[in-house]
Amino acid sequence: MSMTPEEEAEYKRRQKSRNLAIGGMLLFFVVLFYAITIVRIGAQG
Amino acid sequence: MTATTQPTSLPAEWRDFFALTKPRVMTLVIFTAICGMLAAPGNLHPVLAFTAILAIAMGAGGSAALNHWWEAEIDAGMKRTANRPLPAGRMRREDARDFGVFLSGFSVALMGVAIGWLAAGLLLGAIVYYAVIYTMWLKPRTPQNIVIGGGSGAFPPLIGWVAVTGELSAMPILLFAIIFFWTPPHFWALALFVKTDYAKVGIPMLPVVSGERVTRQHILVYTLVLAPLAIAPWAIGGTSWIYGSVALALSVLFIALAVPVFKEARSGTDPLAPEKRLFRFSIFYLFILFGALVVDRMLAARGLIGEGVLA
Repeated sequence: MSMTPEEEAEYKRRQKSRNLAIGGMLLFFVVLFYAITIVRIGAQG
Repeated sequence: MTATTQPTSLPAEWRDFFALTKPRVMTLVIFTAICGMLAAPGNLHPVLAFTAILAIAMGAGGSAALNHWWEAEIDAGMKRTANRPLPAGRMRREDARDFGVFLSGFSVALMGVAIGWLAAGLLLGAIVYYAVIYTMWLKPRTPQNIVIGGGSGAFPPLIGWVAVTGELSAMPILLFAIIFFWTPPHFWALALFVKTDYAKVGIPMLPVVSGERVTRQHILVYTLVLAPLAIAPWAIGGTSWIYGSVALALSVLFIALAVPVFKEARSGTDPLAPEKRLFRFSIFYLFILFGALVVDRMLAARGLIGEGVLA
């Protein structure tokens, strides 16, 4: 399927904003899981 | 050809994924879940409390996405919902389904790993209840669908409570029962003054199927059943007189406002004034009742008030 240059620019823009959203979520959950682990280990120790 | 069958070639915007989670419904879910957590005896580390709320919110969002996926055609036929991401053709249907399954599964796993598996099991139960039992099975089949649907809204304070205590007891089940019986009079009052197009898409709503008379009777009956349930947390000694007196006053007011709706009392210029008043009050009722419960329990936890029925 071929896209016009405008469509391709829009495609790239959406893909980029989606990647940023997913990247942000991943980073957030890495930090959250780290915090959960510290809290739960602290509660047992 | 309807918009839902149109293939979307562009990747959907993240805002449309966010819209799938029904953010407005989620605010009420988060509010009642936090109330359940604050009212429960015991302490949860702030990080874990935040995680529990997040898991409940993600579970609500996941089941809402599954609801959008299942009802895309129904939504396309109603003015209120025609501009949702799926009927408007801004997203592929399978993407909504996969997003919903992923969010739901992740929320249950997060709750289980971080908090406990009883809370996680209840969260899974809430998701299956809303997405499968309500959305797929009973909503299109019975005019009591609002009663069934109210059950899904009743889960968050129960799960919030169990996240703190790790066990089921009478109090969280009463919180569940209060929202369960509160939802029908709340929604049917709205249905009496806002004409929806549910009939057009084949969803059997009580005012359309059985008529206004039956709906008004149902509103009064549910309001009468709700009163003892709202007072029960105090009667069984789960709260002090602070919650007890607020629950009693709110119950009397709720019934006093439901009677004119039942009798179809007409006065003044707006013929639907009693229905509108009852609907507005029902929202106020829930916020104040849960707020009073939280205040009551937090005062008790700090030793500022005693325990027991007369304390």
